[in-house]
Amino acid sequence: MARIEVLKTYKIYIGGAFPRTESGRYYPLNNKAGKLIANICLSSRKDFRNAVVAARGAFVGWSSRAAFNRAQILYRIAEMLETRKAQFIEELMQQGSTAKVAESEVNLAADRLVYYAGWCDKYQALFGSINPVATSHFNFSVPEPTGVVSVLAAQDTSLISLVNAIAPVIAGGNTCVVLGSESKPLCAVTFAEVLNSSDVPGGVVNILTGKVSELHTHFANHMDVNATIYYGDDAEVIKTIQELATLNVKRVFIHNKGNGSASDAQSPYHILDTQEIKTTWHPIENIGASGAKY
Amino acid sequence: MAKKNTPNLDFNSSWNYAPAPEDTKHINLKKQYDLFIDGKFVKPTKGKYFDTINPATEEVLAKVAEADETDVNKAVKAARNAYNNVWSKMPAAERGKYIYRIARLMQERAREFAVIETLDGGKPIRESRDVDVPLAANHFFYYAGWADKLDYAFPNRKPQSLGVAGQIIPWNFPLLMAAWKIAPALAAGNTVVLKPAETTPLTALKLAEIIQESGLPDGVVNIITGAGKTGAAIVNHPDINKIAFTGSTDVGKLIQKSIAGTNKKLTLELGGKAANIIFEDAPIDQAVEGIVNGIFFNQGHVCCAGSRLFVQEGVADIVIRKLKDRLETLIVGDPLDKNTDIGAINSKGQLDTINKYIKIGKDEGAEMYQSSCSIPKKGFFCRPTLFLNTSQSHRIVQEEIFGPVLTIQTFRTVEEVIEKANNIPYGLSAGVWTDKGSKIFNLTTKLRAGVVWANTYNKFDPTSPFGGYKESGFGREGGIHGLSSYLKF
Repeated sequence: MARIEVLKTYKIYIGGAFPRTESGRYYPLNNKAGKLIANICLSSRKDFRNAVVAARGAFVGWSSRAAFNRAQILYRIAEMLETRKAQFIEELMQQGSTAKVAESEVNLAADRLVYYAGWCDKYQALFGSINPVATSHFNFSVPEPTGVVSVLAAQDTSLISLVNAIAPVIAGGNTCVVLGSESKPLCAVTFAEVLNSSDVPGGVVNILTGKVSELHTHFANHMDVNATIYYGDDAEVIKTIQELATLNVKRVFIHNKGNGSASDAQSPYHILDTQEIKTTWHPIENIGASGAKY
Repeated sequence: MAKKNTPNLDFNSSWNYAPAPEDTKHINLKKQYDLFIDGKFVKPTKGKYFDTINPATEEVLAKVAEADETDVNKAVKAARNAYNNVWSKMPAAERGKYIYRIARLMQERAREFAVIETLDGGKPIRESRDVDVPLAANHFFYYAGWADKLDYAFPNRKPQSLGVAGQIIPWNFPLLMAAWKIAPALAAGNTVVLKPAETTPLTALKLAEIIQESGLPDGVVNIITGAGKTGAAIVNHPDINKIAFTGSTDVGKLIQKSIAGTNKKLTLELGGKAANIIFEDAPIDQAVEGIVNGIFFNQGHVCCAGSRLFVQEGVADIVIRKLKDRLETLIVGDPLDKNTDIGAINSKGQLDTINKYIKIGKDEGAEMYQSSCSIPKKGFFCRPTLFLNTSQSHRIVQEEIFGPVLTIQTFRTVEEVIEKANNIPYGLSAGVWTDKGSKIFNLTTKLRAGVVWANTYNKFDPTSPFGGYKESGFGREGGIHGLSSYLKF
């Protein structure tokens, strides 16, 4: 008799732990042949709110990590992802990809993490400035993370959409709550396992599975979320998000349906989206006649 | 504790300043102002006008046109034509030269602008002369130079202008806000429809005259006057690509909502309730000056005003005593007088709002202290006001008052004051006073605000980005960061 396989329970990722949805709801995920692959958590508003609490709690610690440390952690995510390459390829194929497409998606995801790992301690030099004010003050501007970011990842891919959505946000010191692809949710949960073993502190990234149609309003109207990013092109969803975001003047960013391999999918300007520019002034004492003559 | 027998300082009996009013004879004000559309002053379609008054005397200064939807349409059409046919085709360096011209013309007529700004808005002439007008001219001069250098501001991107920008500005820094809006918009290659606030339209209309003199092609800048309805018509106009708004958080949220689902780009510079934090090791006398400048500059009509004072317990008594003494020396009165420190409240409506909050503060149980100074019988004036014994939950601590009213709290530890300073929906600015460098950087890093002044307050410069975190808005004005608000990539 053949050995009975041990099947994985796919759960969501909140505050560094893997709970089931508090709602107890699920939806079945079938493969092309109609055979059940897994029951996936249908996350609720309460799950999202719990995730925001976790993200807010993690914000001070993550945003005050040294940029170099964040760089190493993002690089570590890439390492962990690469070691699970076979698993990701298998999941992508279960969800309908060919072997070739699946492999290139996983490769791209790892490379993209390396790309953003590199930016962690460099975008500040690009987006900061020393401002030559006309009065006797030293004045400089630096980017700082916006805070807690809610992200509705692109629905058309399973892994690369998630990496595209998460990497620039956390590279910049924000924490986030991300909704993965409804029809291709497997890699979202497995990627959470990668994060969990990569020294990313719990709560920095929280990943839910479920429906955009159920959750987008909550992603946009939560008063303790500072920015919302939507990868998609549903005009109604965009309008609703933009309207609800006004409750606490959220920053909203819309990216049309994410082809993860597009040439503009990776850019330091994606990091800049969830940065605030802070300007600091301090007087320069201007007494005495000596100057820097040499 | 201060000794009981400390004599009260007496400033009034021996310190009488002779009046030193700025002359108003040299200014040029028309009785009636029309709308500046397509390079010409035109009458409003419905023929309606409203009065703009001097808040220090309540006398009418001029009649100003009220633009309705038809007028807004005309202005947008003029801006669109100018964008398509002239401005977007002009070499960037030439565009820059027009902006330089505007800066120079403003500098030449600076005194006239300062006087009109003070007449129309009520701010002390010293401030309009030394702050508002020079900064406004400098803003044009600064952004003029960016016009042909945009590629260097955004490595690896191709910046392009947006089209027509609709801009709505407040009454607290009328000319300066017009400059903050128009200069970067033009440098980035856009054309403009700007609406000044209904209580302070005159310097924007004088700016329109300068723009005419400068030879700027017709329709590149259109300046139309009116109240909220006119602003709404701009916000909702389908042929506008960008909305820039400075004003209250409530209106900002309405604007953000009404452009939801459109492709309009938006920047919002909204309200604030800044913490001004005094540590025990601060230079106390400078700090007291900083507190005064933080909250009483421009009658406290400043979105980044240091309206929440936090004093460390060990120096609370001395800081508050010195602050009360300093309050007694502030001269409240004729804005045109060069001795005046605090001018007129901008409007009757705003004075009512401030008085409402003063009442709320007293009702909430906070201890009020006001200067004993006399205030003019006519016009809108408010004594500089302190509220002691306030706490985080007080409305006067949480809500923006936009007047010369300071709330005072004390604190013990750094952690406590950071928590209290940040625990508010706003995040525009903050102040920190201490002689210790490492403490400054600890604070400036942890305060969630777009501008942090350390050992200084309320300083502005065209090269220095300004704008808020959280519900104080988004986008920056000033500096290299102010450009991206007016570009697409």
